[in-house]
Amino acid sequence: MKKIHWDAVLMPLVGIALTLLAWQMISGRIVTRSLADGTVEEVKLGWVQDLPGPVQTWEKTRKYVVEPFAKREELDQGILRFTWYSLVIVAKGYAIALILGTPLGFLLGLSSTFSKMFDPIIQVLRPVSPLAWMPLGVVLFANAGKSANELAALFTIAVCAMWPTVLNTAVGVRAIPQDYLNVARVLKLSRTQTLLKIMIPATLPYMFTGYRLSLGIAWLVIVAVEMLTGRIGIGNFLWNEYNNGLYTSIVLCIVTIGLVGFALDRAMSLLERRFKSIL
Amino acid sequence: MADHVEISHLSKVFPTPKGPLRVVKDFNLRIRQGEFVTLIGHSGCGKSTVLSILAGLSEASAGGIVLAGRELTGPGPDRGVVFQSPNLLPWMTALENVMLGVDQVFYTASREERRQIAEYYLTVVGLGEALHQRPSELSQGMRQRVGIARAFALSPKMLLLDEPFGMLDSLTRFELQQVLLDLWNRTRLTALMVTHDVDEALFLSDRIVMMTNGPEAEVGEILHVPFPRPRRRQELLENPEYYRLREQLIEFLHVRAYTLKGQTPKGPSSTAPVLRAASSVAVAA
Ligand SMILES: Nc1ncnc2c1ncn2[C@@H]1O[C@H](COP(=O)(O)OP(=O)(O)OP(=O)(O)O)[C@@H](O)[C@H]1O
Ligand SMILES: [Mg+2]
Repeated sequence: MKKIHWDAVLMPLVGIALTLLAWQMISGRIVTRSLADGTVEEVKLGWVQDLPGPVQTWEKTRKYVVEPFAKREELDQGILRFTWYSLVIVAKGYAIALILGTPLGFLLGLSSTFSKMFDPIIQVLRPVSPLAWMPLGVVLFANAGKSANELAALFTIAVCAMWPTVLNTAVGVRAIPQDYLNVARVLKLSRTQTLLKIMIPATLPYMFTGYRLSLGIAWLVIVAVEMLTGRIGIGNFLWNEYNNGLYTSIVLCIVTIGLVGFALDRAMSLLERRFKSIL
Repeated sequence: MADHVEISHLSKVFPTPKGPLRVVKDFNLRIRQGEFVTLIGHSGCGKSTVLSILAGLSEASAGGIVLAGRELTGPGPDRGVVFQSPNLLPWMTALENVMLGVDQVFYTASREERRQIAEYYLTVVGLGEALHQRPSELSQGMRQRVGIARAFALSPKMLLLDEPFGMLDSLTRFELQQVLLDLWNRTRLTALMVTHDVDEALFLSDRIVMMTNGPEAEVGEILHVPFPRPRRRQELLENPEYYRLREQLIEFLHVRAYTLKGQTPKGPSSTAPVLRAASSVAVAA
């Protein structure tokens, strides 16, 4: 029988418990006390007085969790329903990022001229925050009518998430062993065949590293995009609840966003490992 | 009759930080149809340089090569190349690796026929059971068998082999020399092979071309290997003539590879190939 590694199960639980404890300690709580004159006074105590504690958070947000797909009102839906809206738009933006980023990476990797021309621009654009791209997206698609909002969001996600795919693909193309290319030369494979049978398979592991990192960024960007566009989704839910002073929901959103991001990363790294094992 | 391969006045200059380096100068060699020729010489003398020019992977600085009446320009599947490392594509099975070339050369044949060609050569080299394995699942020796099958399956006008067994242990090397010889006996393809190993050269070739040291390396001497074919290793080792030829090769590598270029023979470093060769005889005997 396989030995169970208690450490692997236990230690994360201890970590979670300690984190909850720390959260509890810094969070605020409301205490009522009766004054001498018989009136009752509410006092906020704690280090961060407005931060709800773990128990309070659970009590106030459980309706979003126990009915994760419920739709009560436009702004009052289950947490996974909100997440789903966000995932759909992220998937679209991510797809655009890959469709644009992969060939761009190939061009950079294949042509040193192209690389010299555009690498500096890429290095400058890469660290720009989604908050900076978003208004540009709105301006670019201002005339698109009803879909202007969605296009601006997709633009922002794609343009932020694209770079790891571009750069990793370029690195992968440059790293194709000369030996493999010599096989193509000796056999006189056509350009298309060399690309399909040699270059793309040889670059796949690098591409998937890029794809995984890009997905991480695409998901990271969603909150900013929804805050600015007001599209319904988990980021928008977070922002609305903050504006309404319902701080418990913020914590719920953060945890959900984190878990979803973690799951996406795991799924991608499984795929990535599959392709790496071939080489 | 014109020779099958004519290498005339071949030179190769590499630009180096210290100025141009003429590695090979005025290399001349003619090979008849169906002849097996090995090229032997010290490490760094330019054997691979000559071979990669023949393969079209590198350009000659001067001189030219005529193969079957045609001046060579660039690489092509009319030359089957076996490199020191087999260069298989790791994402393809053994069969797919061989098919890649077969598809390219026999594009008029049906897919089934092409598959049969690839399977035939893989079976002959002893991989009939491993057609669908990827290189990572094959041993080093098995990978080189795929490399050999891939080259022969092209039915090329010429085979080019650059130390194909250099990375293998000596037992596997003997096995593969036999595999190569068997396949060559069936096909009698014109072959030029680079090696460091005098016993390998004597076992396989009709002629052994000894290259002088570089820079400006050229053909030093040519040794005819008179043993009849098909050859058996054991018979060769019992033949006194074998040892006479072997001595001549070692003598060349030891002394004349240097003196022909006006260099003085070195002591310890120049004995390295001799020691290696001697040890492989011991294993064979
Ligand atoms: N691209 C290059 N640029 C500069 N010098 C080179 C280049 N390729 C080879 N050389 C030099 O040319 C010489 C011959 O190299 P080559 O690889 O042909 O030798 P070799 O006889 O095959 O040696 P070995 O037996 O070790 O394989 C060497 O001195 C090497 O340093
Ligand atoms: Mg070499």
